[in-house]
Amino acid sequence: MTIWDQVAQYTVSGLTTGAIYALVALGFCLIYNATHVVNFAQGDFLSLGGLMMYTFLVGAGLPAPLSFPLAVLAVALAGGLLERLCIRPAKSRQVMVLIFITIAASILMRGAFKHLWGKEPLALPPLSPEAPLRLLGATFTPQNLWVLGMTIAAIFLLVWFFNRTLTGKAMRATALNPRAASLMGVDVHRMTLYSFALAGALGALAGVLITPITALSYDVGVIMGLKGFAAAVLGGYGSFPGAILGGLVLGLLESLTAGLISSVYKDAVAFVVLLLVLFVRPGGLLGLARQERA
Amino acid sequence: MTRPGRTFAAVLAALALALALLPLLVRNPYYLNVLNVVALNVLVVTGLNLLIGYAGQISLGHAAFFGLGAYISGILTATYGWPPWPTMLLAACLVALIAAMIGVPTLKLQGNYLVMATLGFNLIVSVLLVQLDDFTGGPSGLSGIPPLTLFGAALNNDLSFYWLAWGLALLGLLLARNLVHSRVGRGLRALHESPLAAAASGVPIEAYKVKVFVVSAVYASVAGSLYAHYYGIITPKTFDIFKSVELVTMCIVGGMGSLWGSLFGASLLTPLPQLLEVVEEYKDILFGGILLVLLIFLPQGLVGWLEGRRSSSGRAF
Repeated sequence: MTIWDQVAQYTVSGLTTGAIYALVALGFCLIYNATHVVNFAQGDFLSLGGLMMYTFLVGAGLPAPLSFPLAVLAVALAGGLLERLCIRPAKSRQVMVLIFITIAASILMRGAFKHLWGKEPLALPPLSPEAPLRLLGATFTPQNLWVLGMTIAAIFLLVWFFNRTLTGKAMRATALNPRAASLMGVDVHRMTLYSFALAGALGALAGVLITPITALSYDVGVIMGLKGFAAAVLGGYGSFPGAILGGLVLGLLESLTAGLISSVYKDAVAFVVLLLVLFVRPGGLLGLARQERA
Repeated sequence: MTRPGRTFAAVLAALALALALLPLLVRNPYYLNVLNVVALNVLVVTGLNLLIGYAGQISLGHAAFFGLGAYISGILTATYGWPPWPTMLLAACLVALIAAMIGVPTLKLQGNYLVMATLGFNLIVSVLLVQLDDFTGGPSGLSGIPPLTLFGAALNNDLSFYWLAWGLALLGLLLARNLVHSRVGRGLRALHESPLAAAASGVPIEAYKVKVFVVSAVYASVAGSLYAHYYGIITPKTFDIFKSVELVTMCIVGGMGSLWGSLFGASLLTPLPQLLEVVEEYKDILFGGILLVLLIFLPQGLVGWLEGRRSSSGRAF
């Protein structure tokens, strides 16, 4: 295998995990835009997605094309519940307190997952069993293609939703200026609820897609969530194109570092990038005018 | 001394007396151990609460500062045979320097960039503590750290460490209280209310924010060094991101910006996981649930809630 074949292979795996980071980062952005809250339960949405898929597919024996949307729906519901039961009734509107509510919810959720699905890792079969494909000197497993394809599909769906539907436009209006939006008759609370549900759905999508590649356990989302967060910061926190770009760049950097330099520090790459971005360009790659000085 | 100053001194003296009498009642080394961990957490949380309550910034990296204090002290004393007390001072200086390096670029930005940077920093430190195993002993930890000695006596049991830990915890509270009531503290409170007004009144807000962040990191570092000498063995897991979350939670549950809140929060939440061991299977669910309820319904913290109940009298300090 020549060095270029290796690079091609690392690129494929980097883009695959990068796509997952992008999905997680998009979830962070959705909730941030609606509430200015960093939702630390985003990673647990990913875990729950994988776990629900396992329950529907392996536990209940449903076919994959049915289990997949059911898992995504279930986590969207969980996202909605998080907003409805924990964020909306909160007595304080301070962002700091709301962030810690999501952290407490994350601890609670992980405890519940551990109780319901056990501590041992579970195995989720890939979405399709076909043989790997060779293209441009790199090997693509069907799961790689599923991840990339579904991520692209999800992005197109989001673009359509936010630009073409009334609800999507109302959500964008809420993100820009909640007060003005509510004066225009937008139900801001409901838009926040939708943001959480949509973030849940994106997390679930990421979970269903990645857990056949990594492994499925009750806490698989923790590290993926943190890296998705780093990706969101890298792209420019709150920016949708930034989240996608940040995710892909981070996935590539991580994979190339692990492959070409050293795999020992693979998990540190994301966070070194995070610190560098904050020091050098806090607005992120595509961040807008958020780097104003105090 | 002003009146609230006297109240603070009186409460602190009463607390010191109660703590001095406590070992007469508590003979069980296990309970003493829990009390010692509470004291160390009080120290970290006091510093952290200065940052949260007075600079309006969160750090999710205080477990890393705590860990750096522990590992710098641990490595230099255990591996290289340096004397513990000066090493503790050196560790605090190094941690202060690192905190300044993180604080200077991020604290001049508007918004909660510090929380992102410290989160990343803690994760990097966790990876390094595991991977630099030639120095740190890797995942299984660093052992053979000597105990501290004071006036020739080794503080190598739970009771002798109790005096040191609580003595320093109370000293930490006193210093924090003095800081809050100094020029810097008044500036910080003004900053918390309105950064613009504070800046307009000539408060050098960036410098003050960095200062209080560095001070809070030093509190954590000292507590970490003490921890290393107390246990004699340290492992990376003790200083991971979850510990950082736990520390901030103590501030919030106790009461943000309240020094007694730090004491309350650390005293309540430190033993809670151990108490919940009884219901092992449901431990995390209950812990998360309790936090969730407190944060949703008592966001001002327990101290804030108590103060709200006797609303006529002012703040204790």
